[in-house]
Amino acid sequence: MFGLADVNTFYASCEALFRPDLRGKPVVVLSNNDGCVIARSQAAKALGIKMGVPWFQIKTQDFPAKVHVFSSNYALYHSLSQRVMSALEEMTPKVEQYSIDEMFLNLTGIDGCEDFEHFGRRLRAHVLATTGLTIGVGSGPSKTLAKSAQWASKEWPQFKGVLALTSDNPKRTEALLMRQPVEEIWGVGRRIGKKLNLLGITNALELARTHPAFIRKNFSVVLERTVRELNGESCIPLEEMPPTKQQIVCSRSFGSRITTKLAMQQALCQYATRAAEKLRGERQYCRHISVFVRTSPHTAGETFYSNTAGEKLTLPTQDTRDIIGVAMRALDRIWLDGHRYMKAGIMLGDFTPYGVSQLNLFDEDRPRKNSAKLMKVLDGINQSGLGSVWFAGQGIDTEWKMKRDMLSPAWTTRWSDIPVARVI
Amino acid sequence: MIMLSPAERPSALRIPLFADRCAAGFPSPAQDYVEAELDLNELCITRRAATFFVRASGSSMEELGLYDGDVMIVDRAEQAAQGDIVIAEVSGEFTVKRLQLHPQVALLPMNPAYPVIYPEELQLLGVVTWFFHSTRARR
Repeated sequence: MFGLADVNTFYASCEALFRPDLRGKPVVVLSNNDGCVIARSQAAKALGIKMGVPWFQIKTQDFPAKVHVFSSNYALYHSLSQRVMSALEEMTPKVEQYSIDEMFLNLTGIDGCEDFEHFGRRLRAHVLATTGLTIGVGSGPSKTLAKSAQWASKEWPQFKGVLALTSDNPKRTEALLMRQPVEEIWGVGRRIGKKLNLLGITNALELARTHPAFIRKNFSVVLERTVRELNGESCIPLEEMPPTKQQIVCSRSFGSRITTKLAMQQALCQYATRAAEKLRGERQYCRHISVFVRTSPHTAGETFYSNTAGEKLTLPTQDTRDIIGVAMRALDRIWLDGHRYMKAGIMLGDFTPYGVSQLNLFDEDRPRKNSAKLMKVLDGINQSGLGSVWFAGQGIDTEWKMKRDMLSPAWTTRWSDIPVARVI
Repeated sequence: MIMLSPAERPSALRIPLFADRCAAGFPSPAQDYVEAELDLNELCITRRAATFFVRASGSSMEELGLYDGDVMIVDRAEQAAQGDIVIAEVSGEFTVKRLQLHPQVALLPMNPAYPVIYPEELQLLGVVTWFFHSTRARR
């Protein structure tokens, strides 16, 4: 038996957690560079603010209530996500973090002492008492059914956020699957959903009753697995150890367009540094580094330009200096003057857990001496929160930095930002 | 005449060679008693996931020793009991109050100039379990 716990309107709830004046008020969170709406509180949804709407469109709109707008504050969300996960781990033995606000739980054996919904309600109360955030808990004999249960618990308020689909009550499972549109099923999505609709398969129950062999022939083994899972056969196990990443991408859209090569070098230096930190966090070395730059495809009167360049290394590396070096050489090959660049990024790939491979006699690049030590010191300083050390190439005053005009304080991760309570 | 016969060849005795170097001098008597240094978190924080830091602001609360700018350690998951110092939500902001549960639920002010609040619904951020300030800042 699997459970899926997810935090209700996670980003918007994080923003309101230390702002009692925002309880029940319309709150929206914007994507990087304050682009478009990526999260809405219940009250914001009620005003009809849609997901993905560009910010400039709602800025000028008149709403019956004041809408509180925030830039995305990932430091805060990550910190609160960690707290929710720890609270869940206190009550369930085996867990798998699926995303920043969702966690799969292994509930096998729970029903030896209480029924699943009773446990779900206790879990919900525990997380609320610990973190102040409200979760929903769906459970079922497979991950896909646990996801469907969680979807249904949100759709119908009478379940109060906790719903278990158990094999001893097939009627109830069927009734709920009949109401779940096919594109809402975990792992289906809009594109495959449209194809299924053409075949007359519109809801989860109809998909569950389709022959797996037919699905495998016309779609994929992945969708066939979904069909089996909908029938209560668990095919996707709980992964307690997340698999090692196969690539790391760091890319951003710029706050304002980049037109000079120096600014682009600084931006790529920054991304290279961030990517290298992530790589060391994964305890991996990479053998492939590539960068890309692109202009906006939608701006009238400008020619669209997008290009990428990369290098394969003879020596695997996790040293920021090597990664910056390759990134700069790659940029030299694809940089064109006269364009207004909107986005750039760096990708590290072809990982190996070992830094040493067979050296060639005539190789010019020997591994750097004491590289690991230096990087360890660097990461130590930057993660301590006491200060930061960075490469000169990243620049100091960066014109291309992300727009985050409406950023909330880092309530839980910076001393200068902790909430204030009046003594009266 | 004495006959000499060759001695029976004894089998080679293999003596292990200890390659480990011996430390010259005396071993440190403290070596076997290595313990981790004391950590303030261990003393002040029992539930990491439920603990937040909040800064006190406003008229100081002399009898409690709580001053403007002090850092309070707040545990959300702690059951609030009679007489606890709590962070309460009052009209859209956080305030520090002393909690009274009986004879009736009330939030007692820290300053006689302010009224007692009888909330319809008690909204707490959590219980203040510790607070601290620098002694130098108080001089």
